[in-house]
Amino acid sequence: MAGGSSSSTASTPSLVDSLFQRSLDDLIKSLRSQLAGTEPVLLSRALAEIRREIRSSDPDTKAIALQKLTYLSSLYGLDASWAAFHALELLPSSSLLHKRLAYLAASLSFHPSTTDVIPLSTHQLRKDLSPSSPPHFSSLALHLLSLSASPDLARHLAPDLLPLLSPRSSPPSPLRPKAAAVALRALSLCPDVVPLLFKPLVDCLSSPDPRVVSAAVGAFAELASSGDPSPYLHLAPEFYRVLADSRSNWILIKLLKIFARLAPLEPRLAARLVDPLCDLLRRSSAQSLVFECVRTVFSGLPDHDRAVRLAVDKVREFLASADDPNLRYLGLRALSMLGPPHSWAVEESREAVTRSLADPDPNIRREALRLIMGMVFDSNVFEISILLVNYALKSDPIFANDILDAVLTTCGRNVYELIVDFDWYVSLLGEMARNPHCTRGEEIERQLVDIGLRVRDARPELVRVARDLLIDPALLGNPFLCRILSAAAWVSGEYVEFSRKPLELVEALLQPRTSLLPPLVRAVYIQAVFKVIVFCFNTYIDQLEISQLSSLGNSTTGGASSVIESKSAAAASCIADGITGIESNDGIATGDKPASLFSSMENKDPFTYESLTKMLILIETAVDLLAENDEVEVQERARNVLGLIHMLREVPTWKTEEQGFIKDNRIGEIVNLLQSMFSEELGPVSVNAQKRVPVPEGLVLEENLANLAWTLAEDDTAPSMSISFSLRSHQHGETKDDAVSSVQSTSLLAEHRKRHGLYYLPAEKDETESNDYPRANDPLLPASQGDASEDLVRLTDQSMIPRKVKHSKPRPVVIKLDEGDAVLTSPLTAVKESKDDLLSGAIHDVLLGKEGKPSSSQKRYLDKSSQRRVKDVSDNGESISLSKENLDLGDKEHRSSGSRRSKHRSHGKERHRSPQKNEEKEEKNHRNSTRSSHHHERHKHRQRGEALLNVAPQAPVIQDFLL
Amino acid sequence: MIRFILLQNRQGKTRLAKYYVPLEDSEMHKVEYEVHRLVVNRDPKFTNFVEFRTHKIIYRRYAGLFFSMCVDITDNELAYLECIHLFVEILDHFFSNVCELDLVFNFHKVYLILDEFILAGELQETSKKAIIERMGELEKQE
Repeated sequence: MAGGSSSSTASTPSLVDSLFQRSLDDLIKSLRSQLAGTEPVLLSRALAEIRREIRSSDPDTKAIALQKLTYLSSLYGLDASWAAFHALELLPSSSLLHKRLAYLAASLSFHPSTTDVIPLSTHQLRKDLSPSSPPHFSSLALHLLSLSASPDLARHLAPDLLPLLSPRSSPPSPLRPKAAAVALRALSLCPDVVPLLFKPLVDCLSSPDPRVVSAAVGAFAELASSGDPSPYLHLAPEFYRVLADSRSNWILIKLLKIFARLAPLEPRLAARLVDPLCDLLRRSSAQSLVFECVRTVFSGLPDHDRAVRLAVDKVREFLASADDPNLRYLGLRALSMLGPPHSWAVEESREAVTRSLADPDPNIRREALRLIMGMVFDSNVFEISILLVNYALKSDPIFANDILDAVLTTCGRNVYELIVDFDWYVSLLGEMARNPHCTRGEEIERQLVDIGLRVRDARPELVRVARDLLIDPALLGNPFLCRILSAAAWVSGEYVEFSRKPLELVEALLQPRTSLLPPLVRAVYIQAVFKVIVFCFNTYIDQLEISQLSSLGNSTTGGASSVIESKSAAAASCIADGITGIESNDGIATGDKPASLFSSMENKDPFTYESLTKMLILIETAVDLLAENDEVEVQERARNVLGLIHMLREVPTWKTEEQGFIKDNRIGEIVNLLQSMFSEELGPVSVNAQKRVPVPEGLVLEENLANLAWTLAEDDTAPSMSISFSLRSHQHGETKDDAVSSVQSTSLLAEHRKRHGLYYLPAEKDETESNDYPRANDPLLPASQGDASEDLVRLTDQSMIPRKVKHSKPRPVVIKLDEGDAVLTSPLTAVKESKDDLLSGAIHDVLLGKEGKPSSSQKRYLDKSSQRRVKDVSDNGESISLSKENLDLGDKEHRSSGSRRSKHRSHGKERHRSPQKNEEKEEKNHRNSTRSSHHHERHKHRQRGEALLNVAPQAPVIQDFLL
Repeated sequence: MIRFILLQNRQGKTRLAKYYVPLEDSEMHKVEYEVHRLVVNRDPKFTNFVEFRTHKIIYRRYAGLFFSMCVDITDNELAYLECIHLFVEILDHFFSNVCELDLVFNFHKVYLILDEFILAGELQETSKKAIIERMGELEKQE
């Protein structure tokens, strides 16, 4: 084979090359015997050799060079596009060997969009495709065409496929199946050729050769599954006949794929399919075919109980096959195709499904999860979610996150439509955040904030969950959780009125380990602190006013005011202490006194003069450090907080007794002002809100930005995020900050922990590890310690059938916006669809153009004016005789109009006179009207005369012969 | 339809690659790398199907060689699994006890067999006998 080197041609510049050319075998051997690391050298040497040899005028030398290049490019990934022209040079060779090498090289290296020499191959391909050339040549040309055809090439060569496709060439070409496959490719590349190729492709369905039928069925399966299947409804009788006749599993599988797409469009077709499908389900021993039947039944005939019952039984067999994971997997997949109306089927296999959650194969686990989540309803979402979230604690990290994902998506679906008890769901979110594998921070963050905005009743619980998350210093170091913490901080600040202990909250927000958070999250923390201050002061002043009013109104209860008096005296001294404490301790508030203060205060009303003072001291101490922070967000918020504190301190009445607050109301004014800033409730924002804002006239939104693209491309190394507004250099600030915080962190952390009695790692470890994060929680959680399988068994106790339950409390109001229009289609898919539409539209045109008009019956199909068609159809007529009696009836009704219209068609120009009729027709066929209007539009753009014939409204998808 | 077929050994070296949809060179390398990574560590007791981007890979391991086929998400997994096995049987018959080395040294013949078997991403021939006969004819003509 490839071994022979050439010696045929006379002296050429490359004679030496030709004589001593290395064959492909030599090349492979040298590459295989290479020493480690020398491969690049060998490859580049071989490539240089090939570049020289391939220019040889001797075809043998050239062919071998090309062969070597093909080898290197396909297995070593070398670029072969430069040799496209040389491959082209060898294509006309009369030697089969050379031709084959050239075609192989071309088919592997030609790229329809980038190879510019492809048009040069048109002539040679046409020659090789012609019926007069040997079938091997044509076969090679077909292969190249199927792989590398550009739309232009497909358009030019489509007529050359006809002789190969045609059943009339005698003997029928052995390449007919190949031609059918290539015709499919041409159709999808270039919908313009549909009028030419579609009809011969249809004819292939009635070929006696099973290979031809297989190729045609394969082509139609591809067409029907990639675009709008409705045009192929007209071919249903043909497909049905093949289904009845064929014994090849491959053909049957492809046919079932077509029917699975067609059956939902036409109920009568579905009804007729039940029998053959049940038959196949019972009879066939090939699992692939059985599975395809199951899939067809589930997706195409879900309303036919007999078929569904049988298919579900088969699925149960699949699920029970212990030794074949493939069948178990496919069984699960099949079940997930059945919708909620058939949840009984999942119910029946509940045990197998839940057992699959523990399957060794991650694919099976994921499928089981998907299935279970598909069966979640508002009645069982509670049990299933809890069990799954607990199960996630014990599974491997990837699957744990899959589970979390699934629970989050299912519960969050359609603005939490499944959730009735939001308190429960919010605490579930908190639990998910504590899963040690959790990497779904973003979604949990989104939902926490979203629920806060949308569900008023859930806010108290939300604040409680947020508090638990914030107070836990261990969570701070986990980079996946910082988004959740950010949400928790925001929630606690925004809804601080539900917080039971605002002081504790402030402590949590300012704990030393917050230095581990990214700056943006820190900024949220500080802003939350700001809101807490405002809230506390506001409440305090309100309280004072109320007590004042009551003491004024009822002087007999002087006791109350005297209590206040005495308290304020004590407070004044505390403040004095506190302030001196700050000054003397260099900003670090430590010692037992504040702690004891807190413990004494926690039992009382939270807002006293002392507690506020203490809070201010605490905040000032912690935030002071951040006022010089490098990150502009953090710095700005910190300064806001400090500014507020200073402003409050400036007020002279601050240092006097409480009555002063009321008398000189400046603090009250400040606080009221700020409170009004935060008091307006934030609501969810509609996805389309931006769109609804009208663009003011004369405002140019995009024009000037075009210049920016250039600027950004120039300098994409400095995204705006990293721009530092700090005056100090990064490095310097960094180290200083760290030093300060690490001094503090140990003592403050210890204090924080001691106070909240949370979570203590061994003390000596505490001291050393300040920055690497501990696990988010102990893997051993007390409640969920059951064995994995035990849990799963419990899951099987839960019914997956939706049932009506009486909820103990009503579902809270969930604010929804723009229902329905939130779905945005990506432009990409839209483009693809339009292309599919083009193809199926063209096919529609062809089918309708040839087969008649609305409510076209088979008879009119027979009445076709084209003579060729008449001849063909007489075969078809026999083949569909099984349903023929039925169609005669319908035919008589339509015959006259049909023939009248076919006359119009034969004189294309007269067509314009029947718009009136068309309009009537259109009105009758309401469900098609939209689609046909699309057609009108498309026709406008199409130049082709024959397409213009089809302006008539579309046929309704009724097949009389299927009645 | 079949998007591509890959034959790779355990080290990830590609022994045959045929794409039925046009891909850029760089994309091909990426695909080959990703597919290898997807299949190589799967336990023999696992399913032979893996989801891959928006498609799925049907693969099967024969000794040290992975035969992977990328097909549409709606395609019949079991049928393509049979298809892979049929292809291996044909190779086995043609090279009598095929091994990786046969594929390395006869790579263009492997392409030829594959082309008889699959065209434009569609299965052309399901009969082992027919393909072997046709290959015999082609051999004679050389």
